[in-house]
Amino acid sequence: MTQHPGSPGWSGRPMGHERLTIGWLQAVRPASLREHHDVYGPLPAARQQSPQDLLDAIAAARLTGRGGAGFPTATKMRAVAGRRGPAVVVANGVESEPASQKDEALLARAPHLVLDGALLAARAVGASIVHLCLDRTRDRQAHAVLRAISEREQAGLGKVAMVTHGLPHRYVASEETSLIRWLNGGEARPTTVPPRPFEQGVGRRPTLVDNVETLAHVALIARYGPDWFGQAGHPDTPGTMLITASGAVGCPGVYEIEAGTLVGDVLAMCDGNSQDDAVLIGGYFGTWHAARDLAHLPLSAPGLRGAGASPGAGVIFALPPDRCGLAETARILSFLASQGAQQCGPCMFGLPAVTDDFALLARGRPDRDVLDRLDRRLGSITGRGACRHPDGAVRMAASALAAFASDARAHAAGRPCRGAQRRGSQAAHPRIPVPAASTAPWTEEQWR
Amino acid sequence: MTPVALGTASTGASALWYATRAFGVVALMLLTGTVILGIAGSARFATAGLPRVVTAGLHRNLSLLVLALVALHVLTTVADGYAPIGLASAVVPFDSAYRGLWLGLGTVAFDMLLAVALTSLLRDRLSYRAWRCVHWLAYACWPVALWHSLGTGTDSKLPWLLAIEALCVASVVVAVWWRLSLAAPGPGRTAAIAGTVLVPLATGIFVYVGPLQPHWAERAGTPATLLHPTTRPGPVGLVTPAGPGGDRPGHDVTARLTLRPRGSK
Amino acid sequence: MAVRQRLRWDPTACTGHGLCADLLPERIELDEWGFPVITGDVPPGLARHARRAVRACPALALQLERAGQDPGGRAGHRAHHG
Repeated sequence: MTQHPGSPGWSGRPMGHERLTIGWLQAVRPASLREHHDVYGPLPAARQQSPQDLLDAIAAARLTGRGGAGFPTATKMRAVAGRRGPAVVVANGVESEPASQKDEALLARAPHLVLDGALLAARAVGASIVHLCLDRTRDRQAHAVLRAISEREQAGLGKVAMVTHGLPHRYVASEETSLIRWLNGGEARPTTVPPRPFEQGVGRRPTLVDNVETLAHVALIARYGPDWFGQAGHPDTPGTMLITASGAVGCPGVYEIEAGTLVGDVLAMCDGNSQDDAVLIGGYFGTWHAARDLAHLPLSAPGLRGAGASPGAGVIFALPPDRCGLAETARILSFLASQGAQQCGPCMFGLPAVTDDFALLARGRPDRDVLDRLDRRLGSITGRGACRHPDGAVRMAASALAAFASDARAHAAGRPCRGAQRRGSQAAHPRIPVPAASTAPWTEEQWR
Repeated sequence: MTPVALGTASTGASALWYATRAFGVVALMLLTGTVILGIAGSARFATAGLPRVVTAGLHRNLSLLVLALVALHVLTTVADGYAPIGLASAVVPFDSAYRGLWLGLGTVAFDMLLAVALTSLLRDRLSYRAWRCVHWLAYACWPVALWHSLGTGTDSKLPWLLAIEALCVASVVVAVWWRLSLAAPGPGRTAAIAGTVLVPLATGIFVYVGPLQPHWAERAGTPATLLHPTTRPGPVGLVTPAGPGGDRPGHDVTARLTLRPRGSK
Repeated sequence: MAVRQRLRWDPTACTGHGLCADLLPERIELDEWGFPVITGDVPPGLARHARRAVRACPALALQLERAGQDPGGRAGHRAHHG
């Protein structure tokens, strides 16, 4: 039973693994400021908690970023706080990963958690402004966030300006340097040129970029302390995290789990099959694995590292048994190839070439050299672009060739794979969500 | 004493005048070559025998040679004081009393060439975009140089010279068309194609109504003193205008040389 | 002083002209799409040729730096979503 204010035995702080998601199942609209304070209590006042106290608490909690890279949050904040001059906080709610919905759910249910966290982060690093970056195609989300901000202004909460921005709906737009370039008036494309964001970001000021879920956790650490934070999760990976489960699971959606929960338990929780299926862990830049290989491993960065996987932004897609992993990979690659910034040759030419090879392989009519060619090309693309877009795509593709090796050999020999063999014997399962690739060439104005 | 006869003095003057015309024409031909090499570079043209570094190197070195030839062209013109052209006219356009407009075009072309060359030599200190912007002036510099040569040059009626200039125009047009064939269709490409038709057409029309018609020297702005010299000798000897269409003797095939020493009847 | 240098290319500026590979084939090869693959550091013996290659790039996409320097922006980036 969920512990919340009003329920008997409410201990004054969330217990168990339900922290960010309190009340989500019952909610039909975003929590108002009053509802938010009813559940979590008030924000610590600035005079009660100095920036140094907050930084120490986050460091003691060992919070890591929830946007995919998993960088220690306190380290990042200290780097920005240590620079001279006023800083800037950027809250990254763009969530351009199609298979991820956790940030969207968080902003739709508990925007005040994110805004609290942003305000606290601004206090910690000495920033006077917070830029909330959202996807500009999500109108309702923007309205909800703006409503929440105006509630706070009316209540007189905090002296930090909060500005929302709508960024282009492109895969690379949510990358850290893309956000900063866009906020500086440029395009939502990654950059190569130093300086790094914590040195000079928006308006040449030291800039902290954090995922909205990370900020939500900051809001709770500030209230309940680092010890409370570590009461859930794993000693190596304290706290909870949001995940998005989709594909061949009975209950797809966003879940809050303790960090370090075993992958098999996670799949069981959303009614998936951890014996027969394959899973794509970490989103489009993640890796494919047989579910049974990962079932006994914790869903965390250190836990999965040995298996060559990473949770990324907590994205799990279970491949239905009647779907061919290579065909799904070809679809993903086609999307990724169209979503590059179109700045660098190896990505612009390499990704479409690899996509074509995968499509040939998946259709079962490849030429003899396709596997060799794929090996060669995949090796030559990594590390030769300005950002990690091609690297991520290549890593995912290479993992598909490994995880579906027998299928690849079957396809290369012109035989059907296990997916085709099982088709028709099971109900059709959804394919991995891939936005329809636009056939029109992207125009420059779509980057701004 | 009789004025200096046509002998040495005017031979000396003519030598410089010949030299300046020669330098000018050769510079124009080599500028044409430079432009074509530049177009080849932008089209990534390369063969086994002509790799990119060769076309790029030739383009660069040829352009420096053009600069040197134009400098000589300017210096010989100024040294040959027949026409009142000062050194300032080399960089200050439309400054000269002699065929102000047409000479000025040459100045403009030279200024543009200097800008292109300087920015290229200082490439690593400039932003790529700035360098590229200035370099595009080359596409303007070349036709301006061509019009300068047709308007100022005293050889503009000569068939062989017109043939050379026509060949230069044709080769640049062909090179540009080849380059455009590799480009994506769009307003830029259409405008460029229009340019390759309009510029030669306008040039041809100009040649027909300008230098090829009588009294061009007069219409072009040759100072009256050079068109109709008085009986007193000029600064380097006494020469008179030849027949219609020219203001300097010695080359105009329709001109006739008349010598009027002072005091003769 | 014999110091090893390193070649670095800017993939956003490079448009695959390929002059670098012409001038320094010992250290630069072109992939199947015409973009450079740098195969090693530049020893003092090749420094002059490397400098020529850097100057020859029409897009100014090639740089020469001392080996051991912090590569700067490229190494500092991840697929960082916050």
